[in-house]
Amino acid sequence: MLKTFLKGGVHPPENKLSNKSKIKDLPVPQIVRVPVLQHLGSPAKPVVEPGNQVKAGQLIAKNEGYVSSNIHSPVSGKIAKIDDFIDSSGYKRKAIAINTEGDEWLEKIDRSKDHINEFSFSPEEIINKILEAGIVGLGGATFPSHVKLNIPRGKKAEYLIVNGVECEPYLTADHALMLEHGEELITGIKLLKKALKVDKALIGIENNKPDAIKHISALVKNTDGIDVYALKIKYPQGGEKQLIKALLNREVPSGELPVDVGVVAFNVGTTFAVYEAVQKNKPLFERIVTVTGKSVKNPSNFRVRIGTPVSALLEAAGGLPENTGKIIDGGPMMGKALNDLNVPVTKGCSGILVLPENESLRKEIQPCIRCSKCISVCPMGLEPYLLMGLSQHNLVDRLETGKVLDCIECGSCSYICPSNRPLLDYIRSGKAEVSKIIRITKQ
Amino acid sequence: MDRLLTISQSPHISGRHTVRKLMLGVILALIPAFVASLIFYGKGVIIVTSISILSCILFEFIIQKYILKSEVRITDGSAIVTGLLLAFNLPSNLPWWIIIIGSLVAIGIGKMTFGGLGNNPFNPALVGRVFLLISFPTAMTVFPKAQGWKTPYIIPLDEIDASTGATPLALIKEGIKSGKSIVELLEINDLNYSDMFLGNIGGSFGEIAAFALIIGFIYLLIRKIITWHIPVSVIGSVFLFAGLLWIFSQEGHTIISDTLNINLPVIKFKDASEELKVFHMADPLFHLLTGGIMLGAIFMATDYVTSPMTPKGMIIYGTGIGVITMLIRVFGSYPEGISFAILIMNGFVPLINRYIVPKRFG
Repeated sequence: MLKTFLKGGVHPPENKLSNKSKIKDLPVPQIVRVPVLQHLGSPAKPVVEPGNQVKAGQLIAKNEGYVSSNIHSPVSGKIAKIDDFIDSSGYKRKAIAINTEGDEWLEKIDRSKDHINEFSFSPEEIINKILEAGIVGLGGATFPSHVKLNIPRGKKAEYLIVNGVECEPYLTADHALMLEHGEELITGIKLLKKALKVDKALIGIENNKPDAIKHISALVKNTDGIDVYALKIKYPQGGEKQLIKALLNREVPSGELPVDVGVVAFNVGTTFAVYEAVQKNKPLFERIVTVTGKSVKNPSNFRVRIGTPVSALLEAAGGLPENTGKIIDGGPMMGKALNDLNVPVTKGCSGILVLPENESLRKEIQPCIRCSKCISVCPMGLEPYLLMGLSQHNLVDRLETGKVLDCIECGSCSYICPSNRPLLDYIRSGKAEVSKIIRITKQ
Repeated sequence: MDRLLTISQSPHISGRHTVRKLMLGVILALIPAFVASLIFYGKGVIIVTSISILSCILFEFIIQKYILKSEVRITDGSAIVTGLLLAFNLPSNLPWWIIIIGSLVAIGIGKMTFGGLGNNPFNPALVGRVFLLISFPTAMTVFPKAQGWKTPYIIPLDEIDASTGATPLALIKEGIKSGKSIVELLEINDLNYSDMFLGNIGGSFGEIAAFALIIGFIYLLIRKIITWHIPVSVIGSVFLFAGLLWIFSQEGHTIISDTLNINLPVIKFKDASEELKVFHMADPLFHLLTGGIMLGAIFMATDYVTSPMTPKGMIIYGTGIGVITMLIRVFGSYPEGISFAILIMNGFVPLINRYIVPKRFG
C-alpha cells in the first residue's frame, strides 16, 4: 500500500509532457528585470544604484526585517534602472533592471560541476549561509528558508521532510532535478538535517516518477536516516500539511505550523539550492523551470536566470503557439495567469504552462446542485459550497467559524464542481475579508 | 503585445463531471430497472414513462420561458430524471391525464416554485407521486397483473378485478387483520422471494425489480455519481428494524430457534396483545424486496439537491428514512411509507447540513 493523505484530493490528468527532457541551460538574456519582492514577507531593499557594475551572485537588494530575503544579481553587467515593472501578480512592482555584459560570476562561487559531499559547518553557519544566499521555498510558496530553520524556543523538530511530490499536472522541474542532481540533493538533505539537528529525513515522491524513486532510493541505500517513500498519486499531496499527513500521519493543527508537530518540510528544489549555497557559495539566482503545454513544440526543463522574461523561455521551447489563449506561471491548479510576456521569472516560478484558446475560458456557471463533491475533495475538511455562499453574502463571522482561513487554495473544489462554480474565487475573497477584520481588531 | 491573453484565478482546468453527465449517468443507471419492468408490465411502461418525461420537460420549458421569463435550462437533463423517477413510482396502467397532473405538480410545485434545480427542498418526483397517491388513491394502488408484453395499458372495466392486484405489502397488511400468519399469507397470495427479487410482483413499475435496481446502484458507485452512505444506511436501518420485530414475532422466533437449534427465551412481547397482532412483522428480506425500498434508497433518497452534504449527515438522513418507513409500514395505515419517509427527512436536510459539519483537517 502506497502512502497518501486520507481526506479529499483529486486526480487531474497528469500531462507530464516534459518528463523525459534533460535540463538545458537557457542562454543569459540581454536584459534581466529582478523584482525586489520574490518571496513571502517584506520586499528587499536595493543596495545598488543605476550605473553600478555587478557580477553574477552579487547582492543587489538586502533583506528588510526577519521575514524577507536577499536578492542577488543573476547576471554580470550594469544596473540600468530601478523602477516599477510588471510581475506575475499582474501589478507593477519595484524591480532592478540589469543590462547583461558577458557572464562573470563572483570569485567565491565554485562553478565546477564537482559534487562536494563533505562539510564541517556548524548548524548556525549553515543557516547563516542560507540566509545570505537568499534561499526561499522553491515549491511555490517562497517562504524564506532561514525563518523555517530557526526553530522557535520551546519547540523541537524531529523530522525533515523533503518534498519531491510535484503533484501539479504538467510540471516536471523537480522530477528532472531529482534525476540529474540526486547526489547534490542528498548532500543538501544532510546539510538541512544538521541545521535542524534532526536524525531522520523522509523524501516523498509520487508514484508517477518511478525513475526518480528508483534513482534516489539507490543513492540513499547506504545512508542512515534518509528514507524514500513512493506516494499514491493524488493532488494536492505536495501541500505541506497533506505531505506530512501522508508520510507521518500527523495533522498540523489549524493555524499552526509544521514545526508544532515536529516537522520541517523543504521542496527538493530548495534543498538543492541549499547545497549550492553552502557547498558552492552560490546564491539563489537561477532555478529550473518547466516550459510546457500540449501546444508547445518542445516541452522542456530549463535552468533559467532569475529575471529572464517569460518570452525568452517560450522562444526556447519552440515559440509561442498560434492558438495560445492563456499563459500560466506555475501549474494548472495553483498557477497565476500572466497578462504580459515580459514578466520576469522569479524564485517561485516552477513552470510556464501554455494553454490553447479552447482550454483557456471557463465554462458557463450553472446552479449548485448540492452534489457535495466539493466537500468530498476538500483536503482540509471544509465546506466550499457553503463558504462561497457565505462569502457572497459577506457573512464574515460564519466564514471564520467555517474555518475559511484553513483553506490552502488548492482549487480541488473548483476543479471538481460539475456546475463550474467559481468556489475558490469567492473563498479567496472571503479569506481576505476575514483576515482584514482580524487585522483591524488586533490593532 | 499583439495578442490578448486570458486572465483568471486558479485553477485553470476543470474536472470531467458536468451536471448533464451526472444526470445522464442516473438515467443510464435506471435502464436495467426499466428493462425489467418492460418484461413484466409490457407497453404500459413505455406509455407512462414517455408521457411523464415529455410532460416534465414541457412544463419546465413553459415555466422557465413564459412564466419566470428566465433562462431555459431543460438541456441540463434534470427534468428528464424527474420525469423518469416520477414514472417509476407510478402503476403502468395509470391514465395519461393523471400522469400529466403528477408531472405538473412535480415540476411546477416541487421544483420551479422554489427556483428550479438546486433550490427545491423536497424531491420533485416524490412531491408529484405523493400528490397523486392522496388525490387518486385507487388508481395509484391498483396494479395490473404482470403478463409480459401482453399486459394491457387500458384495462377494460369488466376485467379490472381479474387482471389487477395489489402490492405484496398491501396484501400482507390487509391479510394480517384476518388473523392469518405471514407464512400463510405468503402462500395464499402465491408470493415467493425469487419473484420479489426478479420483479414478478405487483407495484409501481420501477420499484419491483430489486436486482435491476442493485445493478443500477453498482453502476452509480463505479461512476462515482453517488456514494454508498445513503442507500446503505436506508437499507441497513430497514433491515435492522424489521429484523428486530421479526425476532419477536411468532414465525421469526420459531425459525431462529429451529435453525440455530437453540432455545430462545420466550419474550412475552410476541403474544402481548390483540393489537400487536395486526402489525405485520414480516421478515427483513421481505421488507427489503417489496415496496419502494430499493428504488427509494438508491435513486430517490440520493437526489443531490434534497439530501445532506456530508457523509455523517447522509447516514443520519438515511437511517431516518429507514426508521420512518418501517414505522409507517408496521404501525401506520398505509402499507408503504418510503415516499413519505424521504419527504419528511428532506425537511430535516437543512438542519442536518447546519449542524453536521465535516471533520476539519488538523
